[in-house]
Amino acid sequence: MRRMMLGAAAVAFGVWGCGGKGSDNAGAGGTSSAGAVAQSGGGGAGPTGSASVSGVIHFTGAAPSNPKIDMSQEAACKGKYTTPPVEPQFVVNDGKLGNVFVYVKSGLPNGATYTAPATPVEIDQTGCLYHPRVFGVMTNQDIVIKNNDAVLHNIKAVPATNRGFNISQPSAGMTSTRKFTSPEVMVPLECNVHGWMHAWVGVLPHPFYATADSTGSFSIKNLPPGTYTIEAWHEKLGTQQATVTVGAGEAKTQDFTFSGPKA
Amino acid sequence: MNQATRSTANSLREHASIVLNNETAGNCQESAGSSSKRNDPAVSRPFQAVSFCNQLMPASSRSRRSLAMAAILVSLATPTLEAQDGKAVYTKWCSGCHGDTGAGDGVGAKTMLPHPRDFTKAVYKIRTTASGEIPTDDDLRHVIEVGMPGTGMPEWKSRLSAGEIGAVVQYIKTFSPNSFKGAAAKAIAIGKAPGGDGVTEGKAVFQKLECYKCHGVAGRADGKSAPTLKDDYGNPIRPADLTENWKFRGGNAVSDIYTRLRTGLDGTPMPSFQDAVDNKLITDEQLWRVAQYVHSLSPEKTPEAREVVRAALAQALPKAPEDAAWGNVERFWIPLVGQIIDKPRWFAPTVDGLWVQALHDGRSLALRVSWDDPSKSPDPIWDEWLGRMSKTLTDVDGPLATQQGPDRLVVQWAQNPSDESKRPYFLGGDSRSPVYAWRWSSEPKVEEGTEAGLGKFTALPNAQVTQNARYADGQWQVVFTRPLTSSDTTKIPRLTSGHAIPFAFYAADGSSGEDEVRGAVSTWYAVYLDVPTPTRVFVAPIAMVALSAGLGMLLVTRAQRRDDGRGETTEDGSSHREER
Repeated sequence: MRRMMLGAAAVAFGVWGCGGKGSDNAGAGGTSSAGAVAQSGGGGAGPTGSASVSGVIHFTGAAPSNPKIDMSQEAACKGKYTTPPVEPQFVVNDGKLGNVFVYVKSGLPNGATYTAPATPVEIDQTGCLYHPRVFGVMTNQDIVIKNNDAVLHNIKAVPATNRGFNISQPSAGMTSTRKFTSPEVMVPLECNVHGWMHAWVGVLPHPFYATADSTGSFSIKNLPPGTYTIEAWHEKLGTQQATVTVGAGEAKTQDFTFSGPKA
Repeated sequence: MNQATRSTANSLREHASIVLNNETAGNCQESAGSSSKRNDPAVSRPFQAVSFCNQLMPASSRSRRSLAMAAILVSLATPTLEAQDGKAVYTKWCSGCHGDTGAGDGVGAKTMLPHPRDFTKAVYKIRTTASGEIPTDDDLRHVIEVGMPGTGMPEWKSRLSAGEIGAVVQYIKTFSPNSFKGAAAKAIAIGKAPGGDGVTEGKAVFQKLECYKCHGVAGRADGKSAPTLKDDYGNPIRPADLTENWKFRGGNAVSDIYTRLRTGLDGTPMPSFQDAVDNKLITDEQLWRVAQYVHSLSPEKTPEAREVVRAALAQALPKAPEDAAWGNVERFWIPLVGQIIDKPRWFAPTVDGLWVQALHDGRSLALRVSWDDPSKSPDPIWDEWLGRMSKTLTDVDGPLATQQGPDRLVVQWAQNPSDESKRPYFLGGDSRSPVYAWRWSSEPKVEEGTEAGLGKFTALPNAQVTQNARYADGQWQVVFTRPLTSSDTTKIPRLTSGHAIPFAFYAADGSSGEDEVRGAVSTWYAVYLDVPTPTRVFVAPIAMVALSAGLGMLLVTRAQRRDDGRGETTEDGSSHREER
């Protein structure tokens, strides 16, 4: 379920990003279904419910242009694009901003613990970009790292509190599985062979997070009633917070608005 | 002690006090002073970085120092020291670079590249544990004992007792208590290198794994991705130059290299290749082959600096740097260190040594100087690198250039080579005693002139020195040619065969912000031109042979004539004539 949605979002972004079929460029994470994640919680499952916080990330001002990538040294990647590839730092469509990580920063009951789902989260390296670029996982949830390019990638995590890793994937079809054990928003992932390749993963001890898709929409589901601090994170524009109170089964809307960096 | 060596000693003293704490500096001063009394250390190994100060010291001084240190050790050594005891050792010896809180921010840190380790993150390059894991105690102990070649981290085995090192290991772990609170890390199992010649297969796997993307096709750290590389802190970082394995941070044995391939170097762009083996993309044996191949890219023996470069006599001088004739000419390693005496000082030189070859034909001298430099400066793809360099090496005697300059090489000579007592100051001479210099830059061009201190160059008219430069695979090769004699004998030394003629080198990498003062220097070395064999040496033996043969013939002929006259009977009664 979750994986399908991620894939769908990636394809949608590809169309937006460069207009080429199958060359999913932007690689935004989809709207993660927090509920699906929470279902598989084991014995330590904390409280869940049927409340939700949904919204849209607005973007005001002129969308900054994304840096062009010179992929001339990597024909295998360059060949996957019909238009010159860019680093999708700003995914802006009709005044909406994608690739924003939205999560419950605080407000869950003290001592509530949630067990990571057995289903791993996948991150692909395709066309010398990461797909998705921004995504969430739970602590101790497996992250499957795939190389779909016939070139050498190394994938390096540079966390602040977790232990990092730096894996070489010199061939298409290689997979590696890693996980993070401590909550950390966000852990940067990078490829040093291709300095333009960046991704960010939000590591949380609970399943209440989502990534805004290319239309800027996000939805955090299955929340127990309560008052939460919701934070929205963007790789270039920083963070914003809102306090939201939901009753049992209540669906609340909470939008965020980012404005472009000052020239 | 002449003026030049005195200045060197003073400079070393100043340097020592910059880099090291008082006690270390005291040690350094002493050794530097004694080394300056010796003009001709037969064999020095300055590139075996024990400390910056030691880099400029001949081996003999270091061994003297080691003796002194052994004496200190005896008084200090106590068994079973723990973390709290480690604190005292750390504060005394380590905090100058690594900082009081272990954050890698000691007073000496800012100038160093690579920066000293930040212990608060517990991310370590040299481990026997899997990528991302904490090191074992033995890993930490090992690095402290042997140091990290090519960096400012010296070996401590000769200074600290095993107990003290063990205590420091426990103490530095306390800077990152969360990382070390769990179970101890487990070392990965390292097997044995497979036998046989693995170099050919190793090369193929090296290609397959695309190691060249960073390390370069010839292994000289000039891969396409090299200009973009940074460490976990955003500092610029270079891939290892695989042709200079004496600077490998974790050692240069095949098993060391294999271990780095398995574990990666955490905190740097160098990944672990464990997953490539786990995915059966390559076998474990093939990873060993890569290690064997990488090992083979460096000279079998770590080069030692020799004081005198020999210029053999040749019939013709090869002008082109790529001329195969250079392959038969003995090469001499001249180590360079950062110029840290004149301001602005430079602690992070790109060029750490030169290979020098010399030939002469009785009329001209040809020098081929080869050195590794990953960038042919200026080159726009290195702009970002220069930006990172300026950001990282802040506050070192003013900002770096914002624009890349050319690469540079200066070959300087004593103006009066025969006068040992007037050897100029090794840093480009001074106003009272300038040096004669060839100033090369990567346009490429060479100027001939005099220098009265670093960068204070005055060109001479009618330059006679010519250059022929080639840049390929991360290496410059420049052939300089100059007639042995000159009309201006006051400023331009005569290159007389049969004498050691003092010369010294300066090199700079324009794309790293290096220029005429920020760069790498050598001390004085000398070139010795073989004495041409005079013609009589060839004629005399032939004449002697002819003469002997002639005289012999004469004697035989005369003896035979006598025989013909009277015959001669031997003891057995037969006669020579009859036998014939």
